[in-house]
Amino acid sequence: MSWDRACCARRLGKRKVIAETGAGQHGFATATMAARFGFDCKIYMGAVDVARQRPNVFWMENLGAEVIAVQDGQKTLKDAINECMRDWVTNMEDTHYILGTACGPHPFPEMVSWFQSIIGLEAREQMLTQTGRLPDRVYACVGGGSNAMGIFQGFFDDDVELIGVEAGGLGVGTYMHGARLAYDDASVGVAQGYKTYFLQNDDGNMNETHSVAAGLDYIGINPIFSHLWEQGKVRFEAATDEEVKETLKLTMRTEGLIPALESTHAFVTALKEAPTMAKDEIILINQSGRGDKDIFTIADALDDAKWKSFVEGKSDQYRAERG
Amino acid sequence: MIWWNYSFPFSEPSADGPLFAHANEQSLKSGTTVDQCFEFMREVSARFPFKVLMMGYYNTAFKMGEERFVQRLKDAGGVGYILPDLPVEESANLHQLSEKAGIEPIILMTPTSSDKRLAQLGALSRGMVYVVARKGVTGSKTKMGDDVLALIERCRQHTNMPIGVGFGISGKEDMDFLRGSADLAIVGTAALKTWQESGAPGLKKFFAALMA
Repeated sequence: MSWDRACCARRLGKRKVIAETGAGQHGFATATMAARFGFDCKIYMGAVDVARQRPNVFWMENLGAEVIAVQDGQKTLKDAINECMRDWVTNMEDTHYILGTACGPHPFPEMVSWFQSIIGLEAREQMLTQTGRLPDRVYACVGGGSNAMGIFQGFFDDDVELIGVEAGGLGVGTYMHGARLAYDDASVGVAQGYKTYFLQNDDGNMNETHSVAAGLDYIGINPIFSHLWEQGKVRFEAATDEEVKETLKLTMRTEGLIPALESTHAFVTALKEAPTMAKDEIILINQSGRGDKDIFTIADALDDAKWKSFVEGKSDQYRAERG
Repeated sequence: MIWWNYSFPFSEPSADGPLFAHANEQSLKSGTTVDQCFEFMREVSARFPFKVLMMGYYNTAFKMGEERFVQRLKDAGGVGYILPDLPVEESANLHQLSEKAGIEPIILMTPTSSDKRLAQLGALSRGMVYVVARKGVTGSKTKMGDDVLALIERCRQHTNMPIGVGFGISGKEDMDFLRGSADLAIVGTAALKTWQESGAPGLKKFFAALMA
């Protein structure tokens, strides 16, 4: 998507790009594009996410982007979006806002969805080439909804069941999650320039959200998804942090796959439902990101002693070097 | 003529600079509710002669229902509201309800509004018009110059309402500069900063100096 957006920026005559990022994937992509196209690049990222996604921050900075740790509010994705909007309204003359979340004011939800639709178009074609038919179900994780909108759009006109998997966090009833549609805690509101189901209180102020996956740790969801959900066209489920960690172990050992913590949510629900499906039915899972960036979080979750002693060794080395 | 813009705290204050964003956050953290805001507004409007406006974000009105919002505002003695994140394209119902209740929706005009847009905004303006002196969010200093005066002049062509100028108005010099051009100067961050640095006595002095 960032390549398309680079073309937008160039066409608009802007030399600076800004973007929000949760997990750091969109920020990484934007920084890569900016390096290639010679744009000044500023990435806004919640301070909590900067701390938990250091590998992506490292790459963004080394690609020449300035990463700004946002200290407002919950210090996660929503706060990074607010800060981007503040930057953009101030600097719109020379700055293009590469919103990566399929949310925000019109036309962003549609624009991001459209750019992402390449995922679904390619997936559909590959599926037809490789199996001769369409999948029965498609699973994708949903934070703001960009990867899910991307892949689902390939199948909107087909008889294919589409399942979005949100962040169940600590689970139902804990109020520490990012499940807008799968759980009953969200209601319709208007914030950050768009109307959708938000995790908010009776006064219309946003509730705290939580997920092990920074990219799903968000208050709202793409408004097109809210509409499709109300129409019964997309089903929404949630996967908890605990389930995500267990499933990640399984996909690594049995499939040789290291999906990002975000994408692992889609695997959780797909694997949970697979036994209820017929043997010849086809499941398509969108592995929207790789888990390399999550090495610190995953090592913690697995309580990996060798990793910990490696990090301790490194830190001793740095301390010694500093004298 | 004095108006008081009362900010209802919102969790996603994306039109506000650091000082007001932080104030919103602190207020919510200490448990401020919409009920308390209306109650405070009622007390203030009963006690003081100035006009009271609700300033905030649209979700506060949307969540309680537009009709109820207008009614509660009226009951609390408010005369209008400023909701910078509500585009006029989405505000027909709220404006209609406001008109019926005698509550004024304050429209914002900005430096990036085209003449066509200003005409559209002007046609809907009631009570006063809030002219945003520069691009950006609340708080940073605005350099008062010919461009601000030209903007006010441009806005004037599209509305007969009194014009208030806000965003980056920080002291008496700015007020003096705007006198004769604007009808109202809107001071937010500078007052909040004074309050934080020197409390009620400081704020009293600050306002006295502004009005001198």
